[in-house]
Amino acid sequence: MSEGDPMPPGAVHRSLPHDSADLHVAGTALYVDDLPEPPGLLHCAFGHATDGHGRLVALDLDAVRAAPGVVAVYTAADIPGDNDVSPVAGDDRLLAEAEILYPGQPLFLVAATSTRAARAAARLGRAVIEPLPALVTIADAIAANSLIEPTQVMRRGDADAALFAAAHRIAGRVEMGGQEHFYLEGQAALATPGEQGEIHILSSTQHPSEIQHLVAKMLGRAHADITVEVRRMGGAFGGKETQAAAFAAAAALVAATTGRAAKFRAARDDDMVATGKRHEFEIRYDVGFDDAGRIEGIRLDLASRCGATADLSPAINDRAMFHSDNCYFLPAVEIVSRRLKTHTVSNTAFRGFGGPQGMLGIERVMDAIAAHLGHDPLAVRRANFYGPGRDTTPYHMRVEDNVAPELVGALADRAGYDRRRADVAAFNAASPVVKKGLALTPVKFGISFTTTHLNQAGALVLVYADGSIHLNHGGTEMGQGLHTKIAQIVADVFAVPVDVVKVSATRTDKVPNTSATAASSGADLNGMAAYNAANTIRDRLAAFAAGRFGVAAADVRFTRGGVIAGGDVVAFASLCRMAHLGRVSLASTGFYATPDIHYDRATHTGRPFLYFAYGAALSEVAIDTLTGEHRVLAVDILHDVGRSLNPAIDLGQIEGGFIQGMGWLTTEELVYDDCGRLRTHAPSTYKIPTANDRPRHMQVEIWERGHNAAPTIHRSKAVGEPPFMLALSVFSALTAAVAAAVPGKGMPTLDAPATPERVLAALRDLRAR
Amino acid sequence: MDNAIRFLLDGEVIAIEAPDPTGTLLDLLRYRMRRTGTKEGCAEGDCGACTVALGSLHGDTVRWRAVNACILFLPMLDGKALITVESLSKGGALHPIQRALADGYGSQCGFCTPGFVMSLYARSIAAEGTEDLPVGDVLAGNLCRCTGYGPILAVGEAHPPAAPAADPALVVALRGLQRDAPLTLRHPGRTAFVPRTSDELSAFVADNPAARIVAGATDVGLWVTKQLREIDSLVFVGDVADLKIIDETPDGITLGANVRYSEARAALARLHPDLGELVRRIGGLQVRNAGTIGGNIANGSPIGDMPPALIALGATLTLRHGDARRTLPLADFFLAYGRQDRVPGEWVERIHIPQPPPGALLRIVKLSKRFDSDISSLCAAFLLPIADGRIGAARVAFGGMAGIPSRAPACEAALSGQPWSAQTLDAAAEALRDDFAPLDDLRGSAEYRLAAAGNLLRRLWHEQADIPALAHV
Repeated sequence: MSEGDPMPPGAVHRSLPHDSADLHVAGTALYVDDLPEPPGLLHCAFGHATDGHGRLVALDLDAVRAAPGVVAVYTAADIPGDNDVSPVAGDDRLLAEAEILYPGQPLFLVAATSTRAARAAARLGRAVIEPLPALVTIADAIAANSLIEPTQVMRRGDADAALFAAAHRIAGRVEMGGQEHFYLEGQAALATPGEQGEIHILSSTQHPSEIQHLVAKMLGRAHADITVEVRRMGGAFGGKETQAAAFAAAAALVAATTGRAAKFRAARDDDMVATGKRHEFEIRYDVGFDDAGRIEGIRLDLASRCGATADLSPAINDRAMFHSDNCYFLPAVEIVSRRLKTHTVSNTAFRGFGGPQGMLGIERVMDAIAAHLGHDPLAVRRANFYGPGRDTTPYHMRVEDNVAPELVGALADRAGYDRRRADVAAFNAASPVVKKGLALTPVKFGISFTTTHLNQAGALVLVYADGSIHLNHGGTEMGQGLHTKIAQIVADVFAVPVDVVKVSATRTDKVPNTSATAASSGADLNGMAAYNAANTIRDRLAAFAAGRFGVAAADVRFTRGGVIAGGDVVAFASLCRMAHLGRVSLASTGFYATPDIHYDRATHTGRPFLYFAYGAALSEVAIDTLTGEHRVLAVDILHDVGRSLNPAIDLGQIEGGFIQGMGWLTTEELVYDDCGRLRTHAPSTYKIPTANDRPRHMQVEIWERGHNAAPTIHRSKAVGEPPFMLALSVFSALTAAVAAAVPGKGMPTLDAPATPERVLAALRDLRAR
Repeated sequence: MDNAIRFLLDGEVIAIEAPDPTGTLLDLLRYRMRRTGTKEGCAEGDCGACTVALGSLHGDTVRWRAVNACILFLPMLDGKALITVESLSKGGALHPIQRALADGYGSQCGFCTPGFVMSLYARSIAAEGTEDLPVGDVLAGNLCRCTGYGPILAVGEAHPPAAPAADPALVVALRGLQRDAPLTLRHPGRTAFVPRTSDELSAFVADNPAARIVAGATDVGLWVTKQLREIDSLVFVGDVADLKIIDETPDGITLGANVRYSEARAALARLHPDLGELVRRIGGLQVRNAGTIGGNIANGSPIGDMPPALIALGATLTLRHGDARRTLPLADFFLAYGRQDRVPGEWVERIHIPQPPPGALLRIVKLSKRFDSDISSLCAAFLLPIADGRIGAARVAFGGMAGIPSRAPACEAALSGQPWSAQTLDAAAEALRDDFAPLDDLRGSAEYRLAAAGNLLRRLWHEQADIPALAHV
């Protein structure tokens, strides 16, 4: 096994394999579509709008109803309660009503005796649509001033005055594309009717409570009638936070109306066309700075394509604003954020949740300042770091745990930044076609849901009389190792081996009113809730043992060798048995609400985050100046996870997050046509990184000095999202390589994803200056 | 008459009566046999989550190959041995590769994991196409969205390929499943014919010209899984032994239409390393282990993975109709988008690729958004005979520049007879604008295609003048 040599005392801070690892490799880990199919099971498919924005004049479904195997066909009129699968705004229809908002929107629902029959029948619908003008691009929506909510402004100081007074002032812009989640397991749900209108839903979702609530409203039932269960997801990355709801609701509608179990397993292309993605952004900057490149004033204009409905776009765009500073102090700053409504699929949560886009903007600014002054970009970054007296964010929160300068310094030393920068320059001087680039970029990522009330979690711990432990909590397992970490936390409380703790499926009938497993908060929130539940039971056991063995409760110690009470040592299982006979409750809920956070959205000020997670990455790339092809040659990462709950699992998050970020910025290109139809809707056309895209040199280290200043569970830090943005170093390195190919022409205009075509275009643009 | 397929799974003969000829192995495993370890990620052969190993009898040995179950039709299983992820831990204990992946943090969400297990397992038994490939190349057809691949590659490095021990019992069992007559499968509304010889095939196709010939199903598979097309008559040619020839002679290579990419790669690499590299970048290994070069040509894709290179090399195609044969230059086979010079009942039998003339400069380059397992935005092949500082009759062919893979006559004219110089290559690059008006599509704009295509010509000079290793990434 892969745990360290001398076994540390507790179950936490240790590398333990994922609790399902053996099942994963054996093929016996069960996902929604793997469960035995109930007799009479019906299979679902949506009929999707093929054209874009328009008015639905008529929907002829005769051929659909007549198709082989079809049992039921539904339109919006067949929904008994609310036709809504939205998280907040109430604007996402399960099935379209009068207006078609985007190509791919579900118009009707088919239930048939096989998946193929349902999908084939779904293609037979004939919609008569009166076309309406479609806003597809960011530019379209800006021109039409089409917004999903009013434009938001965050400011501190007088940016205009600072810009006017600054010794240097430059302006520019950068565009970045969206990103498909490409969870390997597509959207899936299985709904089974119970008695008295109950529905049980197995869903591949990050947000079982939301689905429970939406389905209840759709069917006109109480929350208590609907149970949603999630054992595991085959990846999610934010794509199953709100987007799983439509599929689960559709299956539930079929189950409720036919009395038969119903499964919805979305075909990959349908899934990619009909579900939201990371937001495309265009960011403009106007920045004033001194001779050292230190920013004095800055205006940032963030425009994002939100798609047809609100979904989580307000919060996502807020987070883009929150991260427009990254690690840098912006003395006088104004951030304007426009949330554009378009007739394209509604964009949604994706690892980083707007943070990557905001951070790409400010990293572009750093590179532009360095290019303007002819300075080393790392020196410019360091000059702008938060520090003593320069520690207030644009949202007026003090940065109290700033470890970026130290961490960046450590990485620059370890990875040999100065030497390698010289090596790259020497290489470029001698190489006419291939040019290299190098960049070291930092990450600071705020941890907490910025919607304050979401920062709560519950857990349920059951200790059985044989000493085995059943653990439930509100978090969902999507591969991130959450269940493993929380089992470690609970095992540690009782000082028992981790395998004594059985983590079971997340269920709304065990832990109610949960938040989505999102915002990197899974272990922080649910870990603390489970810790509190376990401690409640441990206190009861200690009190019982104290009485039984005649010692003070405070003197009862839970150790790996057993529970010590005075001179007595009793096995944990024996103590549980005794406590049961002594009529002590061995079950408890636990609850946690993040302290010390508040936020006033009207003024965009407050303390939205409990703490920040930090990291830094050095990437070295090579571009081919004839074709624009490029490779990431080497990557060195140092990342802060506080005191890691499970170092091996955290390393996996860091490395996987980096590669996913690299894909966003390089090969993953979403192409839409003029009507807003997605042309890249399967892996044949949408290209996430393969094993061969992983840099040959990849050195990932957890920062050994990591410690959370905030009182989080075992002083750990969240790790799900922050590493994604380590990949910004790749984009800066590519920019540097382009600049090196055409020296003396200033800052290249490179947009993301930096496909070979965009790199070649950036070179051409630079040469033409 | 027999109306069933038979295959071996974990030592058992599995018979499927009256199978749907367009039913997939993946659906059979998941929904009929409840072996749900094999996953569907894309249903088009691009993600590898459904990877299984398929064994075929070759004389006294069994040859294995990793394939995508999602686009493998049931008749293609007949007479084969199958290994799925469940097979590896049959006795209860995990296979060493499974153990290493689990302990080495090689899984996160776990959904792609069984596919990786099978690809790594196939490599560990030196299955088809894995022989000389680094682990990354073997795994490029398996997508993982969680791990960043590091721990998975490490497991691969620790389990290098080794020929498996002989399994005489399996050979005997497989021999028992081989047929000495063609198989005809009848399913409601659909029939399939599975010939053993090219004569059986030719006779059937002449009589049934509407029957869809299927070799590796890497394209036709998607007609079924993605377009939901119903195909009522099919001919499965995968086991036609006399179409599997690879004949290497001093004047070139002749390939039977049934030779899979991975079977041909070594021979093609001997003809020229660029040709081997081009094959390596077609699909993932699972696709190369199913797809055939004959099928690639016959279906007439406008991109045409192989045709640009083969056209530049002056390859010829032999078409057969009944017992009649005709041979034509491959360049003449592609008439227009979606249309080839092939009459009903006629089929591609073999292809001959001539040895490039001695001293000629041959370069084949593929451009794509992603290096591996991607369809080219542009594929270029240059064959330039150079003597005494002058270019002879140049052959230049492109894929992705027009509706069909085609030569570039203006570019060729700008090269042929001209001095071998940077200026000539510049002129040839400019001449491409007279040859092509490429499309803008999701793989690239017309402007990019023209600019990059021209630069590929310019690169030929850099490769001579500069340090070759510095001429491309």
